[in-house]
Amino acid sequence: MLGFIARRFLLAIPSLFGLLVLTFFLIRVVPADPAAALAGENATPAQIAEVRRQYGFDRPIYQQFIIYLGQVARLDFGESAYSHRSVALDIKQRLPATLELTIAALLIGIVLGIPLGTIAAVHHNRWPDILLRILSVAGVAVAAFWFAIELQLLFAMELDWLPLRGRLGSTLIAPPTLTGFLLIDSLIAGRLDAFVDALRHLVLPTATLSLGALATIARFTRAGVLDTMQRDFVTYARAQGMPGRTLIWKFVLKNSVVAAITQIGLLFGSLIAGAVVVETIFDWPGIGFYTVQAILTADYKVMLAVTLLIGVVYAVVNILVDLIHGLIDPRLWEQL
Amino acid sequence: MLILRKFAKDRPALLGAVVVLVIVLVAILAPVLAPYPGDVSASHLLLRLKPPSWAHPFGTDNLGRDIFSRVILGARGALVVAVMVVGLAMLIGAPLGLIGGYYQRWGAEAIMRVTDLFLAVPQLILALALAQLMSPSLKTAMLALTLTYWPFFTRIVYAETRRLKAALFIDALQCIGASAPRILFLHILPNCVSPIIVRATIGMGFTVLVAAVLGFLGMGATPPDPDWGLAIAESRQYLPDAWWFSTFPGLAIFLTVLGFNLVGDGLRDIVDPRLRRSR
Repeated sequence: MLGFIARRFLLAIPSLFGLLVLTFFLIRVVPADPAAALAGENATPAQIAEVRRQYGFDRPIYQQFIIYLGQVARLDFGESAYSHRSVALDIKQRLPATLELTIAALLIGIVLGIPLGTIAAVHHNRWPDILLRILSVAGVAVAAFWFAIELQLLFAMELDWLPLRGRLGSTLIAPPTLTGFLLIDSLIAGRLDAFVDALRHLVLPTATLSLGALATIARFTRAGVLDTMQRDFVTYARAQGMPGRTLIWKFVLKNSVVAAITQIGLLFGSLIAGAVVVETIFDWPGIGFYTVQAILTADYKVMLAVTLLIGVVYAVVNILVDLIHGLIDPRLWEQL
Repeated sequence: MLILRKFAKDRPALLGAVVVLVIVLVAILAPVLAPYPGDVSASHLLLRLKPPSWAHPFGTDNLGRDIFSRVILGARGALVVAVMVVGLAMLIGAPLGLIGGYYQRWGAEAIMRVTDLFLAVPQLILALALAQLMSPSLKTAMLALTLTYWPFFTRIVYAETRRLKAALFIDALQCIGASAPRILFLHILPNCVSPIIVRATIGMGFTVLVAAVLGFLGMGATPPDPDWGLAIAESRQYLPDAWWFSTFPGLAIFLTVLGFNLVGDGLRDIVDPRLRRSR
């Protein structure tokens, strides 16, 4: 197992290097003059030349790339032109907020999606199944930014049940930062008020973000369960008189969730893309919000660092997914 | 014909086809159907933010423009963007997939590695970054979306080409001396058409969605375009009072994407027998 993990990490290195090359050249080559973009609209030629020298844009591009590689190796991503702080520090402070949101959304997707998909498969072609099929197609067709605004409109503005934006109410003092996850930090500090408030703030963004994940997981679980139910061992167990519930929830489901779990790995990309939108609407102080700010201000150092971060997270998630596969279905170990 | 008959039996897919057809018709006839076609750029400040009524079924926006008309007029823009992006992505992606799948030289290998790289970055983030770097406008948004969507076509055409390359009829063609372009474009490509169509249909819905996000974030359509995403962005400062301002353009996006997805799913079930079984 350790050998497998090591091998997978080694395999991830060339693709991460490729990602580094791709983003560097896209971000540096596509704009006509990055220095002019950074200096702003009203900059004088002298100011632009100063920015160009400061950022090293006057050197040949391959030299710039080598310098950049050296910086990445030291995890030094430079200073953000937007926040005037170290990019690495910004990311470190903002990452937990995004992880809290995406993990919550993924958990909702799994905890609701797998049972819903199973129920739909058991009632194949009857109303629970048809309802789920409609909902799962609708779930991926709805524009997240619009859904978020409609949720805000209904639950925050009209009914006033839930907070409109942010991670914590402005009247509350945040618990001391240990993990960066507000839910965990507030529990460690014994601050139940902060915990409840953070949870309330989490509801609407999570609901928006989990929609696509929930639809996808439910759909693949349904397909997997339908597939498994046609297998011989199910017929055999039925013939032996095994109760339906035990059969479905214990044996069929275990043989069916592999496809759904593969989807979870692929879903992570769309969750991160979704976080960009959701964080912008809910003023969530995470990586997605940061990315949009960086893109809007042509802050290319942040853009480079964030794409690399996403690539790393993506690689790690996919390795984890393979590990979970192995745990559920030990036969897969031999193929890995 | 067989495909059509199977398709007709699939109720959700049929529903999707009807929705898509209606939206296409609305887009074509938009200037005729919209009750106030001049409301693309006009403003009637006396009619600001009026709730839905008989005269204005979807209400009016912050400049007093009829939202019903603007939603109808927006269909054209959304569909044009989707068709252009998916079409261009197909033109770039499919030939690359053919080359990547057919040849075994390093060039072909390089194409596939670059394709994988593009697929590893979330499409939305790449599109946002590219659109911003090329100075935001509707044209650059379309270019950015194309640049992020071609790898999907390359991937599927690559897989099909690899599979077909081993087929006996390709061996036969090689033996009688058919040139590589002839084999690729006259014999392999026609065999890839069905997965390409499925991908393109799903891609249409997806592109409408991502283009709306770009418009919403101010990196696509520019005012006074009747763009759906842009309208939702403009509506935010008038909430919660003008609920209709954001709700109806969003419903238009939802219906359009839903229609294309239903058709795409239906087609996929027909084309991919492995998935059909679980229906």
